[in-house]
Amino acid sequence: MIPSSPVLPDQASDVARSVDHLMLYALSGLVFFSALIAILVLVFMVKYRRKSDDEVGIDIYETNRKSHVLELVWSVIPLGLLLILFAWGTKVFFEQNRPPAGAAQYWVTGRQWMWKIQHPDGRREIDELHVPVGKAVQLRMISEDVIHDFYVPAFRIHVDVLPSRYTTYWFKANRTGSFHLFCGQYCGTEHSKMVGHVIVMEPRAYEAWLAGEKTSPSSSAVASGDELFVAKSCNTCHRPDSSARAPILNGVFGTQASLNDDTKVLVNEDYIRESILNPAAKVVAGYQPVMPTFKGQISEEELIQLVNYIKSLKAAPAATAEAGK
Amino acid sequence: MTTTPSAARTAGAAMPDGSPRTHYLNATYGLKSWLLTRDHKRIALLYLVSISVFFALGGLMAVLIRMELATPEGDLFQPDIYNRLFTMHGVLMIFFFLIPGIPAVLGNFLIPLMIGARDLAFPRINLLSWYLYSIGGLFTLWALLHGGVDTGWTFYTPLSTNYVNTSVITVGVGIFIAGFSSILTGLNFVVTIHRMRAPGLTWFRLPLFVWGAYATSLIQILGTPVIAIAILLVAAERTLHIGIFDPKLGGDPILFQHLFWFYSHPAVYIMILPSMGVVSELVATFSRKPIFGYKFVAFASIGIAVLGFFVWGHHMFVSGQSIYAGVIFSVLSMLVAVPSAIKVFNWTATLYKGSISWDTPMLYALGFIGLFTIGGLTGVMLATLGIDAHVHDTYFIIAHFHYIMVGGAIMGYLGGLHFWWPKITGRMYPLFWSKLSAIVIFIGFNVTFFPQFILGYLGMPRRYHSYPPEFQVLNVMSSAGATVLGLGYLMPLVYFIWSIRYGPKAPSNPWGATGLEWQTTSPPPVENFLTQPIVTAPPYTYPAPKRAPEVTRGV
Amino acid sequence: MASEGHGHDLPGLAHHFDSYAQQRDSATLGMWTFLVTEILFFGGLFAAYGVYRSLYPEVFRASSHTLSIQLGTFNTVVLIASSLTMALAVRGGQTGKGKLAAALLVLTLILGSVFLVVKGFEYHEKFVEHHVPGASFHFEGPDAPHAQLFFSLYFLMTGLHALHMIIGIVLVGYVAIRAASGAYTPENYNFLEGTGLYWHFVDLIWIFLFPLLYLIGRH
Repeated sequence: MIPSSPVLPDQASDVARSVDHLMLYALSGLVFFSALIAILVLVFMVKYRRKSDDEVGIDIYETNRKSHVLELVWSVIPLGLLLILFAWGTKVFFEQNRPPAGAAQYWVTGRQWMWKIQHPDGRREIDELHVPVGKAVQLRMISEDVIHDFYVPAFRIHVDVLPSRYTTYWFKANRTGSFHLFCGQYCGTEHSKMVGHVIVMEPRAYEAWLAGEKTSPSSSAVASGDELFVAKSCNTCHRPDSSARAPILNGVFGTQASLNDDTKVLVNEDYIRESILNPAAKVVAGYQPVMPTFKGQISEEELIQLVNYIKSLKAAPAATAEAGK
Repeated sequence: MTTTPSAARTAGAAMPDGSPRTHYLNATYGLKSWLLTRDHKRIALLYLVSISVFFALGGLMAVLIRMELATPEGDLFQPDIYNRLFTMHGVLMIFFFLIPGIPAVLGNFLIPLMIGARDLAFPRINLLSWYLYSIGGLFTLWALLHGGVDTGWTFYTPLSTNYVNTSVITVGVGIFIAGFSSILTGLNFVVTIHRMRAPGLTWFRLPLFVWGAYATSLIQILGTPVIAIAILLVAAERTLHIGIFDPKLGGDPILFQHLFWFYSHPAVYIMILPSMGVVSELVATFSRKPIFGYKFVAFASIGIAVLGFFVWGHHMFVSGQSIYAGVIFSVLSMLVAVPSAIKVFNWTATLYKGSISWDTPMLYALGFIGLFTIGGLTGVMLATLGIDAHVHDTYFIIAHFHYIMVGGAIMGYLGGLHFWWPKITGRMYPLFWSKLSAIVIFIGFNVTFFPQFILGYLGMPRRYHSYPPEFQVLNVMSSAGATVLGLGYLMPLVYFIWSIRYGPKAPSNPWGATGLEWQTTSPPPVENFLTQPIVTAPPYTYPAPKRAPEVTRGV
Repeated sequence: MASEGHGHDLPGLAHHFDSYAQQRDSATLGMWTFLVTEILFFGGLFAAYGVYRSLYPEVFRASSHTLSIQLGTFNTVVLIASSLTMALAVRGGQTGKGKLAAALLVLTLILGSVFLVVKGFEYHEKFVEHHVPGASFHFEGPDAPHAQLFFSLYFLMTGLHALHMIIGIVLVGYVAIRAASGAYTPENYNFLEGTGLYWHFVDLIWIFLFPLLYLIGRH
């Protein structure tokens, strides 16, 4: 979709509108001060143009006690305006970065040079992200190689996609349409081809899209994580019986785990991912570092399925099989 | 040459125009006398020639980049060639033109003259700096001939360490070596300014250019080693796979960004602070009055240099660092804007009730003030978290830092070159053409880079070889402006070279300026001053001391 | 040159300085400034070390315990001794006792070499134990990747330090020869003093490296 205005990109979320308002404030400051300086400079240049070769300027600084007051004025006023800008900008930044509770969870895997996206129901797509309008969408993002960056100008927010841990992007589109998705962090040869679209649809159209067309048999991230949990033999140790040598994972997500060195760690997506790739890094108290590493044997997308599965395990063991279906 | 018993202020004035006289340019002849010189003035000229080569090369790459971007399809070069072009453009312009630019050329030439010293404190180290710079530059050129490098000048890991096959290490070694040149230059300046000032030249009688150079030197000394170690780690990572920045080996790629920006943000001030110093000189000289709020302007330089070390994280607002770290870096970055604003206001206030001449250097200085104001205020926008999250790594930031580095640093550099050219070469350049060049560069610059602000806000990411067609109109404007800008830069090149041979001889003080450098002959003698100058007044005390009649004011 | 302009003809005073005091002050300030640069240079590595040690304290402790505390302590003592001989050598140069200074400098040089030889043995030990980062890296304990980070930093930091030692030894050798030939006078022993400052700085870096690398987590 071609943007409607030549100087303003599509505004497709409330956050985008906040950013534009903020920009308007900053811009008015820019115009005011640039014009002020430009006009003063031009007026002085003409008015005080040298009339004769031995003319000299008049030093008003030392003779005028008000000079120091003037210095103070033009230090303090800009400082005040800057602090307003800072506070406002910070407020908007928190809006940009803090997803509301209950946002639908999508997963994004970046690699040279494509975006792989997985919907909450397990459907996958490449370089395109279909979302329903008016619903908060949260993206959990990871890179398979270098640093990428998820950037949708219409939502006015960039977030880097790192190879080392998950980062989060969120938006709530307030209008339908197709919007540019760019890789915003230089990532190698075909960086400028790592582009796609975010397609915002009416909820009903989205449902239809999910149900219809070229369906790969979609199974949810949790369900495929469940399969992986068995396929990678995780269940031989992480199981609820007395001989298990590994912690039971039911209900651990979101809790604080105590480690062997008396520190605590929050069990979140990053901790689970790290514990699969590098199990010895942070071992839960009471267990030995006996788990083998899965580094190189598991892809980022498989990790996402496993993380989803473990996240879905509720404290009651019975919930396992049904979760997410 | 024998000591003249007369007062310092008359030194050299007795030389009638045209009579044979020995000065630093004609004291000795031959390639060896230049390549082994320890005279700070000759070393400045060595730098002038070498940085001009790199500026021309970097400029050529900019032309090719703008040609490619005239159409959205990416049809002129293959993407890997395009990526090399913008990377080498950045590397050459930043590390081999802008950073050594004003400090090494104007600073080298002027600091001893301005403080009434015979040379820098360590003349041999000064020459060594130039050789280090040249060796670093040759490494980089060698890498360029072997395919260049395509990581972006920022060398972000793990792209630079594990994913590209280009000459990262060679270019890294080049930057590393040139970095030591920068450190030694800064060290030399600091010691010289502390220890070599003429009698009576107290700190608050120093010209503001010296204050700017001093602040710059502090950054060079404190910042450069950190990027040196960061580059060393990248090279170690590439060759030995030690894992410091490699997430697959437990390292953290973000750590590189911290180390990199810890230097490379202050490095921006290495480029702009000396230019600010030049502009202070120009505004005072061509208004014929003291700078309004001298102490504020002087301390603003130091303030910028110090604060500059605490704001590097504003390059990383969207890098995945904690958003609270972002908040801290944002507010600190806002604070840097205050001393910059103080400078701009003070320059403007200096014009008030001045005696303003519209000579070429002044036109460049006024161009600087305008462009720097826009560059600085857009910098404030980028320090605002909510805005940066949108325009980060888009053409908005490209436009912003070109306003600072090209509109600011290069305008100041050219202004300074036009101002001191008569002193450096003893020749005048054509006034008409030089004024025209200032105007052409100003217009060309704005047409090139202003559209990029809009492009950036529209969301066009930087470092894109091809782009969506709706961005084409603004890109074509930008490319057209670049043509004008390129022509503007060629003009000084031509008339400066012309003036060396054909320009009319310059008097000692063609602008009627104060400052010790104008109290000696043009060009200065080898020992700078025939008698030790003694300073008895604050800087910019007009009228300037009476001198031999001013005859030549251009062509 | 010296007769030109307002120059002078004093021996050992460069043409662009007015007095020995100015020359000496400049040299000293220059050296201190250079050392500040060096601190920042090592600072990057110290920062990296700090970050990773706070991220992976356990494995850093475990890796640290494989280093030989005896050899480390021995080397620390050697370096402190060399600083003493260096300080005395500078004093000798200052008071015009060139021969004494030269002898003390040779002693400094020997102590510095002893340090490097011992360091060489330590490196060899690491090599034998496969603790050198790279393809053949092997670490017995858990969390080998982060142990490799520790050893990467160990080799980078001690290696960079050793490189500074080698440069220092060359400098000390040079000033020893100059001192023996009576080049240093009470008016101008600036180069000797600068070398001394550099040597103390390199020692000081080791004084920081030793506890960080060898002693962490030992009580």
